[in-house]
Amino acid sequence: MSAADTTTPVKVPPPRQAPPPPADELPRASLASGGTAVPWLLLAPCLLILALVMGYPLARLVTLSFQRFGQSQLWGFQPAEPVGFDNFAKVLGDGEFWTVVVRTIVFAAGAVVFTMVIGMAIALLLQRVSGWLKVLINIVLVASWGMPVIVATTVFKWLFDSDYGVFNALLSKLPGVEMIGHNWFASGPEGLAVIMLLVVWGAVPFVVITLSAGLTQVPKELEEAARLDGAGSWGVFRYVTLPVLKPIIVMLTTLSVIWDMGVFPQVFVMRNGHPEPEFQVLNTYSYDRAFVVNDYAQGSAIALVTVLLLLGVVAVYMRQMLKIGEVE
Amino acid sequence: MSSTVTGRRAPKLWWNLLGLLVFVTAGFPLYWMLNTAFKPAKDAIDPDPSLLPTGVTFANFGRALDIADFWGPVGRSMVVSLAVVVIGMAVGLLAALAISRFAFRGRKIVIVGILAVQMVPLVAMIIPVFLLLNDLGQYDRLTGLVITYLTFILPFTVWTLRGFIVNIPKELEEAAMVDGCSRTGAFLRVVFPLLAPGMVATSVYGFIQAWNEYLYALMLLSQKNQTATVWLGNFTTKHGTEYAPMMAGATMMAVPIVALFLLVQRKMAAGLTAGAVKG
Repeated sequence: MSAADTTTPVKVPPPRQAPPPPADELPRASLASGGTAVPWLLLAPCLLILALVMGYPLARLVTLSFQRFGQSQLWGFQPAEPVGFDNFAKVLGDGEFWTVVVRTIVFAAGAVVFTMVIGMAIALLLQRVSGWLKVLINIVLVASWGMPVIVATTVFKWLFDSDYGVFNALLSKLPGVEMIGHNWFASGPEGLAVIMLLVVWGAVPFVVITLSAGLTQVPKELEEAARLDGAGSWGVFRYVTLPVLKPIIVMLTTLSVIWDMGVFPQVFVMRNGHPEPEFQVLNTYSYDRAFVVNDYAQGSAIALVTVLLLLGVVAVYMRQMLKIGEVE
Repeated sequence: MSSTVTGRRAPKLWWNLLGLLVFVTAGFPLYWMLNTAFKPAKDAIDPDPSLLPTGVTFANFGRALDIADFWGPVGRSMVVSLAVVVIGMAVGLLAALAISRFAFRGRKIVIVGILAVQMVPLVAMIIPVFLLLNDLGQYDRLTGLVITYLTFILPFTVWTLRGFIVNIPKELEEAAMVDGCSRTGAFLRVVFPLLAPGMVATSVYGFIQAWNEYLYALMLLSQKNQTATVWLGNFTTKHGTEYAPMMAGATMMAVPIVALFLLVQRKMAAGLTAGAVKG
């Protein structure tokens, strides 16, 4: 099982009106003899639980964002009153919100590009290194992939500690560089660069391992043929390898966008639970509004806007998933 | 292919040097965690720390266990993760069977719908989930946490098990049914044994996911009920951070999970090939 299959979100398509053509259905004759009640019975517990833990909160998220809901509503002292689009107007009319949106998009874009480029480079490199080194690199990659995010964040916090962090010590060994005591988190861009490094470090292994699996699928004959026709390494990569890998790349990029737009613990823990204004990304901002300012409705509105932003990305991915679904 | 490259282009030595660089860079954070965890605490707070281990001590681990109750959070994480996996597997297996072994109208919509559930970021759900549990009287209860973890464990379980089931040829089941097994009998005697490795792998993978969850654990439980991931936050206090014990704590959190992870990576592949009898 490739890891890609294990963590594969997708977007719901509009319900299909016409029943699918029988050709791409499972063979009905042999196995579908149980009638239609059986599969639905089997599905019922799963769908019920998902409706409870997912459907209800999701619906509540929407209603909440159209209400006034603060602490007095939480404790039941006052009923939650509908306020129409007030929360959205407040959120969207706030300059800080747009700063956070832009920051989040820039952060996610940077993290995704680095993750994909570095991941691809390492996957290609793994094909060329000696066997023993390949094993070593794979162990390190799987180990860093398996590290709990919270542990990784804690470790990076230590690596980049201003007084005793090894990173500053190593930089200071360079001639003319004196970095001991340098606080990486004194400024937003520098601090976010460190957080991006953490995110990329954690995300690259998944990309490398999935792409490596994909690379084994590239037909050797095609590569040979391209080479005989005079293609250089780049040509082979560009015209043979890349097209074969395209579905995997689209999937990985989409997942990375979703994950990197959704960073939370990395920022939250790195900033000791109180990210400064220049460190806020959409998710921490939504959290901040809800649980620090105690305006749950505004927090919900921000969360909802985030979900809507992601839908654009997911549309691409949905198409890809449906294609994969048809292949089966 | 690698041999042709070696023969004609850059010698393998250069690729290996590049590979070593990747190995060192990717592995350094892990190395530094272990190095700090085992070195004497006074050596950890050195502005010019030695890159090589300065001596091995287990004192940091003792200190880490002292800082706040360790076994309580670990026990709670264990209970929560096990409960989530048991419920997720029981419910998920049925659903996975339905979508991989039955043809019925709406099947595709169910598949995509279950996957779509994973689309919504957990953080977006935290506010309504918090309110929901508050209303149900499940705030600060482990049962509440178990319920919310099913949000991401169930879709994952269904999707993964589906992958394993699809790889078990239907012909095997049909043969058993021709030989007189009932449909349930065919499943229990033929499919289930082939599916077992996949179920083990899926369970372990799900367990790891539940164990690693941070946000819900932080938001939905108070300090006295905290789980293992949140426990790591105890090393930073108003008085500063104790880094050497913190790295010891991080090691205690990471090593078992990474070991499980390494194990399951292989089993996931093994489970797949075991199920894939070429027909």
